[in-house]
Amino acid sequence: MANAINTLNQANFAEEIATADKPVVVDFWAEWCGPCKMLAPILDEVAGENSDKITVAKVNVDENPDLARQFDIMSIPTLIVFKDGQPAHRFQGASGKAGLLQSLDEFL
Amino acid sequence: MSEIRNVAIIGSGPAGLTAAIYSARANLAPLILEGEPSSTSDQPGGQLMLTTEVENYPGFPEGIMGPDLMARFREQAVRFGAEAKLEKVTRVDLSERPFKIWVGDPDAAEPTYLAQSVIVSTGAKSLMLNLPNEFKLIGHGVSTCATCDGFFFRGHNIAVVGGGDSAIEEATFLTKFADKVTLIHRRGELRASKIMQDRAFNNEKIELLWNSEVTEIKGTNKLEGITVRDTITGELSSMAITGLFVAIGHRPNTDLFIGQLDLEDSGYLITGVGEQVTATNVPGVFACGDVQDHTYRQAITAAGSGCSAAIDTERWLEAHVHS
Repeated sequence: MANAINTLNQANFAEEIATADKPVVVDFWAEWCGPCKMLAPILDEVAGENSDKITVAKVNVDENPDLARQFDIMSIPTLIVFKDGQPAHRFQGASGKAGLLQSLDEFL
Repeated sequence: MSEIRNVAIIGSGPAGLTAAIYSARANLAPLILEGEPSSTSDQPGGQLMLTTEVENYPGFPEGIMGPDLMARFREQAVRFGAEAKLEKVTRVDLSERPFKIWVGDPDAAEPTYLAQSVIVSTGAKSLMLNLPNEFKLIGHGVSTCATCDGFFFRGHNIAVVGGGDSAIEEATFLTKFADKVTLIHRRGELRASKIMQDRAFNNEKIELLWNSEVTEIKGTNKLEGITVRDTITGELSSMAITGLFVAIGHRPNTDLFIGQLDLEDSGYLITGVGEQVTATNVPGVFACGDVQDHTYRQAITAAGSGCSAAIDTERWLEAHVHS
């Protein structure tokens, strides 16, 4: 995967996650979610600064309800870190940069 | 650090941003410490960031979305020269002037900002039930943000706890998705405004459960149900639900000021000390909005008190600092 933030959907999700060479932080979000929009630029920044260690990808739950269901998303933003193709860490809720870095600490 | 600001505004809801608009137009170049993103109402923009349609803010006869309204407040403040920073204050020292403000590490030797005056507009955050399991199940059925999470309860049987305007707004919003919304209220009548009550009574998806309180939240990995106690008979009953939204009121965000500013027993900041309506017990520190208002708690009253705080601050600076 490239270092820019990727958009994942039902069609490419499984393959992108399976072939990733670094942990992938997947942000489940939607347009109507205020906290998701607040988190987005912070996640961009963290992704940019740690592009050697993680990649960041986004799943729009409105457009991909099956993925949301598959991962039992009941609140957004939910972030799931996939390592070696498997969910390794999961947390939800918007936070500031320090809080986000702390949640991702084991992967950075 | 170095430069001493005229005024630092802590918090960025309707009160803080109105104070910013007025103090920016008074050429005070206010610094707004907006707070940090979160999924609770303790976030930049405040409680309106988690609401949908705001129907009672004057000037918007057709209604406006809460986050849109707050984006407009912010834009107006920045247009007149306010500097807004997405930072959360972690410590203040109001014992001498200039006042000291820290963001980030509260134990840092040097404060992040210095200011001649401070306007406190940190607002209030939602109360939780404080039951075991509640925190663990946030994001797994227990929600602090109906607008964020309602979507995931399409076709579900869910409950909202509370009896005020926000509880009914949430319940009504959630009927767009859920099959059934039970509104659980510990009294026999609602606190909400008449128009909101009618909305609840007329919505066939909303069922009211009077004189009841939630005593247990059940579920290991996701919410499976709750136990409800009848407050009159004491009888316990079990309710199978997959979603629980709590809207039982708010607590002022005053932890930062404990021991430094006078607080009521309920935690609200005490204002009206001396002649100025928004003055706290520390000269040069003013407060506005829900952090000092346990009576009205509306966006418009918060905005009004933000205006008062800015004018009080301007006059105080004129008399004590800039003269």
